[in-house]
Parts: sequence; C-alpha cells; structure tokens
Amino acid sequence: MGRGAGHEPPALLLLAADDDVLIAVRDLDPGVHVASDGRPIEVLEPVRLGHKVAARPIRAGERVLRCGVPIGSLTADTAAGAWVHTHNLRSDYLPTFARRGGAQ
Amino acid sequence: MTDGDAVIAEGYRRDDGRIGIRDVTVVVYLVECARAVADAIAVGVDDVHVIGFGGCYPSDYAHRMLERLCTHQNVGAAVLVSLGCEGFDRGALERTIAASGRPVTTLVIQDLGGTRTTVAAGRRWIAETRASSASHRAPLRWTDLVVGTICGGSDGTSGITANPVVGRVFDRLVAAGGTAIFEETGELIGCEHDMAGRAVTAALADEIVARVAKAARFYTEMGHGSFSPGNADGGLTTLEEKALGAYSKSGTGPIHGVVTPAQPVPGPGLYLLDVVPEGPPRWGYPNINDNAEIAELIAAGAHLVLFTTGRGSVVGSAVAPVVKVCANPETYRRMADDMDVDAGAVIEGRAGLDDVADELLTVIAATAAGRPTASEGLAHREFVLTYKSSEPAGPGCLPTRSGA
Repeated sequence: MGRGAGHEPPALLLLAADDDVLIAVRDLDPGVHVASDGRPIEVLEPVRLGHKVAARPIRAGERVLRCGVPIGSLTADTAAGAWVHTHNLRSDYLPTFARRGGAQ
Repeated sequence: MTDGDAVIAEGYRRDDGRIGIRDVTVVVYLVECARAVADAIAVGVDDVHVIGFGGCYPSDYAHRMLERLCTHQNVGAAVLVSLGCEGFDRGALERTIAASGRPVTTLVIQDLGGTRTTVAAGRRWIAETRASSASHRAPLRWTDLVVGTICGGSDGTSGITANPVVGRVFDRLVAAGGTAIFEETGELIGCEHDMAGRAVTAALADEIVARVAKAARFYTEMGHGSFSPGNADGGLTTLEEKALGAYSKSGTGPIHGVVTPAQPVPGPGLYLLDVVPEGPPRWGYPNINDNAEIAELIAAGAHLVLFTTGRGSVVGSAVAPVVKVCANPETYRRMADDMDVDAGAVIEGRAGLDDVADELLTVIAATAAGRPTASEGLAHREFVLTYKSSEPAGPGCLPTRSGA
C-alpha cells in the first residue's frame, strides 16, 4: 500500500478484490478519481476521508463486502460512485445509532 | 524484535516475580464518599494515582478488580481510603495487598476525624513509605511484557491503518514469547468464526463462538450495540463494519485463551478478554466507556495499553501507560500532542504498515524504559469501575499449555 509507489497515492482504496465498496483516503469532491486497483471511478457526491463509495451498481437487499467480509445489506438501489452509509446500508445484526439529524 | 530475551528496560521487580514498568502508589477510594479525600492525598505527588469504586453496596467484581490492580506489577504501594460505613470489604483487600509484599495502609475517614486529618495521614504515609523502601530493579525482556489493546473513537481509517499495525505488533510480540490481550466480544460480532479458526483447541473455538453469541444477545437486549455517533461520522456504517476493523488488532496468530475481567492471563500467548457478563443484562452496559475496558486490560495483567483511535481520543489511565496510535492522518495533524504514533501515514502513502509497526515497537520499548507517553505527559489518569457480574472463565477457555 503506497510505499515506493513514486507518485500520488490513489484516492480510493479497494481493500479486497471482490469488495463492493471503496474507501476514500482523503476528502473527495465529485468527479473522476483513481482507485488503488488503477480503475477510474466517477464519484457522484462529496465523500469524506474514511467513508465509502459503491464500487459497482448495487441493488437493494444485496449484502455489501468490505475486506471480503459482509458489513450489512443495502436498503436502496445504489449507483457506482455513490456514497454508501447509514442512509442506504443497514446492519444485519443491530441497528446503528446516530445523533438526531443522522450521521454526517 | 526477533529475540524475545533482549532486555528492553530496567523494571521494578515484585515479590511474585513479575516486573513492572512504573512504580506507582495507588490511592484507592472504597466508595465515592471517600473520593475527594483520595484525590487530595494524591494531588501534586509524582507517580501517585487514584483508583477506586464508587458504589456503597459490595461487588464481587469490583473487589476482584481492585485486588488485581493494587497488586499489579506497576504498583509498589497502596493507600486504601474508606469513609467507614460502606460495604466494601476493606480488610480483605488490605490483607491481599499485604500478602503480595507491598506496603499498604487503610485510612478510615470517620475514625481519623475527617477530611484534613485523613489527607495529612495519607500524604505522610506515602512520604515515609517511599523514603524507607528501596525499589528492586530488574531487567525486563520482551518475554516478560504483557500488552493490551483497545480501539476508541474508531472511524473508517481505523481498520486500514492503526488496527492492522497493532495486529502486526501483536504477531511479532507473541512470536518472540511475549503476551498480548485484545478485547470486547461485543465489538467482534461477525468475526467469531474466523477467531474460532485461530483457537488452539476445539473447546476454545466453541467457547469463542458462544461468547460472541452471548455478546450479541446482551447488546440486542440492551437495544444498543457498541457503536457511537462519532463512529458513523467517521465513515463506519454498521457494527459489523466496526468489528471487522477492530478485529484486525488481534493479528493473525493462534489464540491461546479467553479470560474474563479481573482474571489474569496465564501468558505467554494471545488472549481474548471477554468483557460481557454471563446471563441476562444486569447493572447496565458491559463497559460504560473506553476507560472501563482499559482498567480491565490492566487488571488482566497488561503493563501498557495500545489505544488506536481515528476520531481522536485523549485518555490515559491510572496504573499503566496508554500509547495512542492515531489511525487518521487529519486527526493526527489536529491533535498531535495527544498522539504517540502517526499510523495515518499508511493511508497517505508516507509509510507502510510494517514501517509503522517497527515504530510502534520502538515506542513500546521506550515506554517500558520509562519515557512518558503523550497521555502520561498530559497527566491523563482516567479510571472507571462500575458494577458488573463476572465470573472467571472455565478450563475450556485456558487450554493447558504444556511447555509454556
């Protein structure tokens, strides 16, 4: 990861080959950004450091993989490059608690 | 760190053979009503830390926790401060500490005539005890070292940078003959089958799966998982996503056992601390905040605790140093004074996971040798102990380790 790359590190990390989400390594504006596997991804909305975007179009009800492990199920159809968070992904175990106004 | 027998510090030898990395005097309030007096005894004196239990009703768990903490290898002496009428069995605690070879005294505020006389008696006892007792120094090796880890204020970077850095350090520490403890079954929901595959016996694998299922039941009944609004602000969406990141702190090596709070790890090896009580929820959440867990890691025997954070925690602890490993590079730049290691370098391509693991091992050795961590330098001495039901884990959790 990164070491010895010799150029700007990627904007989005693919943590495992089959993952459905990419992780922003800095705050990203909408537009085309390069993922760690070299793919250009059109990010559709502002995404903050540490947050996720869909690596492919994902349908409501599908399980989402991060690091090859399911992290929950989508509650709405989501386009590639869209932000994936509490508004469209829910736990398969326990509901996520956020302050009033929701996660930012 | 391939040679576990390499000496990393001159520590403090205790009568039970363990070697501490600090020489702390603990002032222990045995009910909240004695806390201000305990604070006044400790104020302004180096290496005097306040711990205690606020409840008036007795608690087997709190009693065992304070026994473990007052006889921790980093502790050289103890002052017990009782109001006088609380339920805590102060005589039994004093006998346990005395039997460990440590100087101990019990001050009962109602008998001594109130606040001023008790504070004066406590401060005088500490000065006289320190003047009369020589500390016994002894070499500390990696094989002697017990390291705990916790994550707090996790975000979307934690599982990519700081947590896998700690995992690499744990793999290397345990391979060298040291001891490592990771924790919070409620934050490992979804990881139980992978953990079971790392257990050294089939019975231990079954225990791990059952204990995570217990944690899921407990938190479901409470209606709230171990997940804070700040986790979501930082990009974590679900409990299982947080758990996936938290789990990477444990490294990849074999898991040698499970302990419960106030149960010492038999070491060496890698141990899971199961913080979730048996049975239906009683007394509230398993741990009300990060410091309750830090206290339990220390009571399990940790010399120091590696605290990974993405959002930016500032806490330290009484009794043992807390080393901050910051996962998020923006947080590190904003809160550098509170951090010991910049693991966010990984996400920005300034360093690899192994580079940061090397740096963290260097920081651990320096901390063991006496260098204050960021939180120690900033006088963080947080301590929390509440009611809990807890039983020592059974033999299936601690497989006989012949030759260990």
